[in-house]
Amino acid sequence: MMKKHSIKISNATRYYPGAAKPAIDDVSLDIAPGEFMTFLGPSGSGKTTLLSIIAGFVTLSAGSVEIDGQDITNLKPHKRDLGVVFQQYALFPHMTVSQNVAYPLRQRGVSKAEIEKKVRHVLDLVQLGDFAHRLPRQLSGGQQQRVALARAVVYEPRALLLDEPLGALDKRLRDRLQLEIARMHRELGMTFVFVTHDQEEALTLSDRIAVFNNGRIVQIGTPTELYQRPNSLFVARFLGESTVMEGPNQGTSIIVRPEHISLKGLANNCSEGELSKPARITDIAFAGAHLKVGLAFAGGAIGSSLITAGNPLSFQRGEEVLAVWNRENQHAVANENVAADSAAG
Amino acid sequence: MSLFSMRRESGPGLFLRSMTLLTAILIVLPTFVVIPASFTAGETFQFPPQEWSLRWYENFFTSRMWLSSLLQSLQIASFTAVLATVLGVSAAIGLTRIPRRTGAVLKLFFSLPLTVPSVVIGIAIYAVFLKWHLAGTLSGLVLAHTALAIPFVITTVAASLTGYDNTLDLASSSLGAGGITTLLRIKIPLLAPGVISGFLFAFVSSFDEFVVALFLQTPRLRTLPVQMYNSIALDMDPTISAASSVIVVATTITFLLVSLRAGNKF
Repeated sequence: MMKKHSIKISNATRYYPGAAKPAIDDVSLDIAPGEFMTFLGPSGSGKTTLLSIIAGFVTLSAGSVEIDGQDITNLKPHKRDLGVVFQQYALFPHMTVSQNVAYPLRQRGVSKAEIEKKVRHVLDLVQLGDFAHRLPRQLSGGQQQRVALARAVVYEPRALLLDEPLGALDKRLRDRLQLEIARMHRELGMTFVFVTHDQEEALTLSDRIAVFNNGRIVQIGTPTELYQRPNSLFVARFLGESTVMEGPNQGTSIIVRPEHISLKGLANNCSEGELSKPARITDIAFAGAHLKVGLAFAGGAIGSSLITAGNPLSFQRGEEVLAVWNRENQHAVANENVAADSAAG
Repeated sequence: MSLFSMRRESGPGLFLRSMTLLTAILIVLPTFVVIPASFTAGETFQFPPQEWSLRWYENFFTSRMWLSSLLQSLQIASFTAVLATVLGVSAAIGLTRIPRRTGAVLKLFFSLPLTVPSVVIGIAIYAVFLKWHLAGTLSGLVLAHTALAIPFVITTVAASLTGYDNTLDLASSSLGAGGITTLLRIKIPLLAPGVISGFLFAFVSSFDEFVVALFLQTPRLRTLPVQMYNSIALDMDPTISAASSVIVVATTITFLLVSLRAGNKF
């Protein structure tokens, strides 16, 4: 297992020429040694810009980047000793798989025998040992991305930066490679910084997630924290689904996750600690293990309920029902990010 | 079998075939006159020749005057090709790194040698080079030809660059390679087809160039085309068709190389 490194970003700000607002606006963030940190957000929220700042592809207008306390703000990318994986693989098309993987080692003056050994080892790690002499164009997209992963870790960089690495792959391959990335993180123990707009990917892989909006981090925490205690409507809507109702105070909303809402006939009463609201069933969708029921509440709020498919549903589309949830499963959040939310959507 | 593939199997239509043939004849026919005429045994220019011989080639390759012209032409074309390739590749890469609008204007500027009549360029260069004491020098002619050849290099390299993925540069730098290494190991090898075509185009454009070479000539600096022109003006002997054949063969081989390269892409 290799040495683990921390990354510290302090007050990072980056203006692009001609843009009124900064792409990254006074962002500070600590990434712990060996952590799997995900930057999640809609496109244009600044997550890729921050990754490029760490990699050194984009320079800062203000602020600093440190690795293990060493200031690397003005260091050129090739001197940072970080690994980067790109969405479109970025393999060198005129080099074979093993030449691609050997490239970073050759830059570091590693001996020929050592290069051969390391290349073979890392290609085995991504299960592409038999493909060493192929050219990138002879591989599938998933295989190419695995070569790119191998190339980015073979020289044991201080951290691995991944910019939507699964974005160009189809659903099935994405799931497989997701597992592979999780396994690599476990086995290598390296610090990973992962950029995505896919909430499912973020929830599955991350130790912590930083949610980006309008060039700022709006919330940071473990997947469970973010899902259960979002601090704004934006985060609640970006991570998972929820029923959103008007809150008790001005500028707040109540959210309830679909798995916490059950349905009863209008004649039923609530038990102790339960809350309820009448709703009309707008649609019922079968989703394998669950039934997803769309709900429309009086006053215009919409939401959904997730019901285990084992229990037969006694209601039909169009029917009026009582949506019931536990008081402790409802959550009040600030609305402040609503405007930003709709702008990003 | 679909309608499309059936049509393709029968090949192009009669009209297209005859137009192609006509164009080919128009372009190639003069060559068919020059090359056989160079093999005549007669004292004067004849077509078709009544008797065949290699005497005019012998004359060409043993005459000091013709040989030195040929060597000068080859020398100037080689220097020009190297210089134009280095400058043209730099310019083409540079054009991708500046704001789009500035790049478009600069590209237009670089292609001026293609649009300005060569006589105008010839007079202009002659006037300036007289002042700079470059007229009649080999380096002067190389510089002039380089200016004329740069647009060819820029065009072919720019075409390769449009298909170039700039993320490769970022990837290379993230893997620990500095700018020069990235240029030499990633960018240039991937742009090689365009660079080589540009080099060959530049070579041929200099080897064939006549007008500027005519302005800058001295008795000691005479490229092959200028030497041919001078020898026609004096007396027309069949050596000139031998010289023409040499030029035709040289340029044909060059362009064959270009199209072979083009067919062998990544």
